[in-house]
Amino acid sequence: MKASIPDLEAWWSVEDFDDVVQEFLVESYENLDQLDQDLVALERDPTARDRLASVFRTIHTIKGTSGFLAFSKLEQVTHAGESLLARLRDGAQVLDRRGADVLLRVVDVVRALLAQIERDGQEGDMELGDVIAEVEACIAGAPAPAPTAKPTPEPVTETAPEADTAAAAAEPAAPAEPEVAPAPVAETAPAAAAPSTPEAGAPAPAEETASRRGVADTSVRVDVDLLDKLMRLVGELVLTRNQMVRATEHSGDHTMSRAAQRLNLITSELQEGVMKTRMQPISHLWSKLPRVVRDLSNSIGRQVRLELEGAETELDRSLLEAVKDPLTHLVRNAVDHGLESPEDRVKAGKNPEGTLTLRAYHEHGHVVVEVADDGKGVDPKLIGATAVKRGLLTAEQVAAMDADEVLRLVFRAGFSTAAKVSNVSGRGVGMDVVRTNLEAIGGAVDLRSVVGKGTTWRLTIPLTLAIVQALIVESANERYVLPQMSVRELVSVEGQTSARIEYVSGAPVCRLRGRLLPLVRLNEALGGPIERPEENGEAIYIAVLNGEGHEFGLVVDRVLTTEEVVVKPLASHLKDVGCFAGATILGDGRVSLILDVLALARNAHLGNAERAAAAAAAMAEVKTETRDRLLVTRVSDRRVAIPLSMVTRLEEFPVQAVERVGSREVVQYRGQILPVLRLSGLLGSWSEDVSDTVPAVVYSSGGHSVALAVDGILDIVDDTAPHGPSDGDGLSGSTVIDDKVTELLDMRRAIMAADPDFQLPEFVTRDYVEAS
Amino acid sequence: MSSVRYATFEVAGQLFGLEVGEVQEVLAFSEYTPVPLAPGHVGGLFNLRGQVIAALDLRVRLGEPAQERTGPAMNVIVRTDDESVSLLVDRIGDVVELEPSAAEPIPDTLSGPARELITAAFPLADRLMLALDARAAVRGSEA
Repeated sequence: MKASIPDLEAWWSVEDFDDVVQEFLVESYENLDQLDQDLVALERDPTARDRLASVFRTIHTIKGTSGFLAFSKLEQVTHAGESLLARLRDGAQVLDRRGADVLLRVVDVVRALLAQIERDGQEGDMELGDVIAEVEACIAGAPAPAPTAKPTPEPVTETAPEADTAAAAAEPAAPAEPEVAPAPVAETAPAAAAPSTPEAGAPAPAEETASRRGVADTSVRVDVDLLDKLMRLVGELVLTRNQMVRATEHSGDHTMSRAAQRLNLITSELQEGVMKTRMQPISHLWSKLPRVVRDLSNSIGRQVRLELEGAETELDRSLLEAVKDPLTHLVRNAVDHGLESPEDRVKAGKNPEGTLTLRAYHEHGHVVVEVADDGKGVDPKLIGATAVKRGLLTAEQVAAMDADEVLRLVFRAGFSTAAKVSNVSGRGVGMDVVRTNLEAIGGAVDLRSVVGKGTTWRLTIPLTLAIVQALIVESANERYVLPQMSVRELVSVEGQTSARIEYVSGAPVCRLRGRLLPLVRLNEALGGPIERPEENGEAIYIAVLNGEGHEFGLVVDRVLTTEEVVVKPLASHLKDVGCFAGATILGDGRVSLILDVLALARNAHLGNAERAAAAAAAMAEVKTETRDRLLVTRVSDRRVAIPLSMVTRLEEFPVQAVERVGSREVVQYRGQILPVLRLSGLLGSWSEDVSDTVPAVVYSSGGHSVALAVDGILDIVDDTAPHGPSDGDGLSGSTVIDDKVTELLDMRRAIMAADPDFQLPEFVTRDYVEAS
Repeated sequence: MSSVRYATFEVAGQLFGLEVGEVQEVLAFSEYTPVPLAPGHVGGLFNLRGQVIAALDLRVRLGEPAQERTGPAMNVIVRTDDESVSLLVDRIGDVVELEPSAAEPIPDTLSGPARELITAAFPLADRLMLALDARAAVRGSEA
């Protein structure tokens, strides 16, 4: 495969030029050089049919493309040449000296026209009559080989000064100077090249040659293998640079450290330059989409307007190749499932014509590509129901998820929401393949959707594959590399600070801004002994990672630094280990393993399903043992416990965010209106707390959520003590925790008081009915 | 038949040999990056001039218990199809030149995992040298 690298200056100096014309010019120049050789060879051996065929193809190609690009003169002259060539090819005529002369003149004229097009994008007013007449004469004169009416010797008329046509290859555009003065396209003033300023007699010969150093001379076709090799070498250089810089940092040798600094800069520039050679605008990928969208929308009766934004955004070509299928799939999916039929759109009060927007832009060293439609959106309820129907999850598991998590179920294998399977998309092999493809290149895919408003799919793609921004962490005195891409944030857990590790059914979790974050201890995940250094007051760190669409925390001993690392493949012996995505060499020359975040998440049995299953299992335990872990809250001066299984998340709302609707209080939360119930009100005790925030326990089920406002979150404890009766309203009993009487909240009552329409999952109702 | 040259080395008191053509180089190295969860015979990874090389503990491959290593370990680096793999050995011996005809059948007493790694046995002046099958030794254990 070949990729062409246009010289950027020449590229921009002819700003009105279309990419297509540029490509056409480069290709045609190359072909013309070949053509000269072929014609001269043909003259010596007129029977070489393969050469003849090659000449014919070249002229035919130029004719076809110039017709397409509306270069009528070019088309005329190549058409004439082609007619002659056709006769030669079919054997109706044998190529003689005269025929070769005529054909070479055709080539010269084509070259002159191309040069003219390259200069100002127009064909100019070159006179073609002569050359065409000559060709026709050559054809007409052929049946009678003897010279008849027309003069046969040197067919040179007035335009071409050169007699020896073979020499024409050297100076293509010098003869046949057209009348019109070509605008000097000075390379130093790129923007000034206005094609419509022909100053009479302006172009001096020097400028002429300078302006001709155009596309053909300033771009080179390079074998992609060579580019790949360069990229690899630059990778090695980056590693060596890292080592060098590290070594000189401590040496105290000024000459050395200055040299290292310089090496550092040059390497970065070189890396950037080599990466640039591999970059191609995403429009390469997008160019096929208008047709895809048009055909698809016509065949299924949709009206779609396709908008492309940021088509010039560039990506490494190997990545471009890798996102091609996922992107096409998302576009087809958006047209097929995202957008409604025109009738439905009108009914919904929308423009019958749907809009599909593709947007590409750079963000945090990544390229983001969005596929956004203004269609019906994705309904979490539908997704949840489908997941249950497909047997991916149970209703309880779905109930325990929030809307975003439910939406992400579409990326699960074997999931398809299409009500009917069409041949367009919806075979259930869609979104999980999109996700897998993207994760394979270190990218990610996510979606946002508002029912009735539309859906946006967001692809995050790294700029390059070979060199990765990495976070170096330490566990059990060994360093490991985490791809920066998957690191959301870092949390330090030190002594008795706010972030603490707690245990839900034995599994470690961390309360991070009210959310329960499942944790994986790197040391244990890698087969090390179970250690809990934080319990000895030692500091540990949690890297919040994003794996398979959900977050988890990786517990490490230390976070060291960030570094650019080059991914090296793992020896075949180690591929089966599964926890590592590769290896790399760090700045000090030591080998370090790159962690495979997805594999860690999988191996640790995280995942929404597993988490939900754990919650469900905890729920099952409640039924058999009526024991649960309890979240202890403070409601004015009372301690009220809530079963942890009924806690979806903990939030703190600013006081002013709580609004009144009628007699109820609500808060806007994740695009929903969340009813807020103050437990102090329910339990009949008046809270006198004045603070800026309202701590709340959020419970979600089946797409509904309620918030129970408390005065403080105290603890999570095992429910071990026996329960006693309680006479309080809204309470289901009491127990003793930490030597203090703690009341147990009647969740069913509390939820119903907050939102009478709340559809409680069956097991909650059953449980509480039995209890009461 | 022309003679074959063997690079010899000692593992757990036994002399082994590899055809010199299969050996890329021999070097001592002391810092290995352990690979958690890897099979027991993986001794670790190290950086050989910018290449990440996996070192396999030949002792463990031969069914012997691993030995705590202090100081640099000797690596016999074997080049296979498209990657280089290092074999950790106890001590490097001489290069010996042997006639293929001098090979004797593998002693019946040799059993266990070692048997599958050995192609022939050569009696040297003072001891027996076992010719190692480089590919088999470098391949991950099937178990």
